[in-house]
Amino acid sequence: MSSMVLAQAAGEVSTGEAVTFWILGPAALAGGLGMIFSRSAVHSALWLVLSMLSLGVLYMVQSAPFLGFTQIIVYTGAVMMLFLFALMMAGRENADSVVEVLRGQRVLAALFGIGFAGLLVAGVTRALTNVTPAPQLDPNSPTGGGAGGLGRLIFTDYLFGFELTAILLIVAALAGIVLATRDRRNEGAKKTQKELVEARFRGEYKRKTPFPGPGVFATSNSVATPALLPDGRVAPESLSDLIESTTAAQLIAKHERLAVAAEDAKRAEQAKALVSGSSGREGSPGEEEAK
Amino acid sequence: MTPTYYLLLSALLFTIGVVGVLVRRNAIVVFMCIELMLNAVNLTLVTFARINGELDGQVMAFFVMVVAAAEVVVGLAIIMAIFKSRRSASVDDTNLLKY
Repeated sequence: MSSMVLAQAAGEVSTGEAVTFWILGPAALAGGLGMIFSRSAVHSALWLVLSMLSLGVLYMVQSAPFLGFTQIIVYTGAVMMLFLFALMMAGRENADSVVEVLRGQRVLAALFGIGFAGLLVAGVTRALTNVTPAPQLDPNSPTGGGAGGLGRLIFTDYLFGFELTAILLIVAALAGIVLATRDRRNEGAKKTQKELVEARFRGEYKRKTPFPGPGVFATSNSVATPALLPDGRVAPESLSDLIESTTAAQLIAKHERLAVAAEDAKRAEQAKALVSGSSGREGSPGEEEAK
Repeated sequence: MTPTYYLLLSALLFTIGVVGVLVRRNAIVVFMCIELMLNAVNLTLVTFARINGELDGQVMAFFVMVVAAAEVVVGLAIIMAIFKSRRSASVDDTNLLKY
């Protein structure tokens, strides 16, 4: 126990912290790589959540509990939910295209990444090999990494920056509102009823009238029941394209059966009239009109 | 193990973010990569605060978080506005200012 305290006093990394690092560090890296390589944007967001959660715990391990919890609440809670909202509204269905707009861009980007990582890692390791870290701050003391110590610093040394932050947040909230609300005068704005009628009669739409509603009958009044035209035929526009209506098929079949029967009856009548003589033939057009 | 390892992790995460911005075409995913870069820098700041035994690094990381939150609000609103008018969130389709 005393050796551990001594090791911490010298700023060494305890075994528990090392174990946490070797579990969560690779998890954070895996989250980043998964974010890059997953095709679906929603999967990318979930991988990024893994990365951010691991980083939050790593903050806590490094005696910054306030920042760690803020990371989890603000980033994985608020920011990622905002991302998912935006994805559900905008970018979910258009997964990244496989087509490269610039030829060889991905290969070049990967090479650049490897070079950049090598440069950073080499620089950091060369510069910081012989650094002896200061002893860990106690998060529970008023000058440690808890909310108390951070608050003391923010409201004394960093007060001006803190107030600028307040302005920034207000401006960002206003910008969000301005950008998200739909302007009435814009082209994409919804038309009023009057504008819609005028556009219809100007011929901007195929139909001048609204679509007929579905049929309401004694036997059925569901939206899958088509309306009937005055001559008993089915009005196909009365059904939404999304609805696969068996009622419509049945009604059309019934109408066709009736039409065939009527045709047969007419033909039989004409045959009868032919048989009975020429006087019947003269009478037949009048009969048809009467029908 | 020394705290330097945290800096190496953060360097790798930052690189992943940079490569993601270069490679991905969906504007929202590009934005997520930027968030990853900000997080990597935050880890660096926290680690330096720990190495120095001071709290200033943590305060800076805190400010970075606030700026990142504001940035996400404005950025996503812009992406949504572009999506509304162009029906696409791909960075290749937004080329009205080209040439």
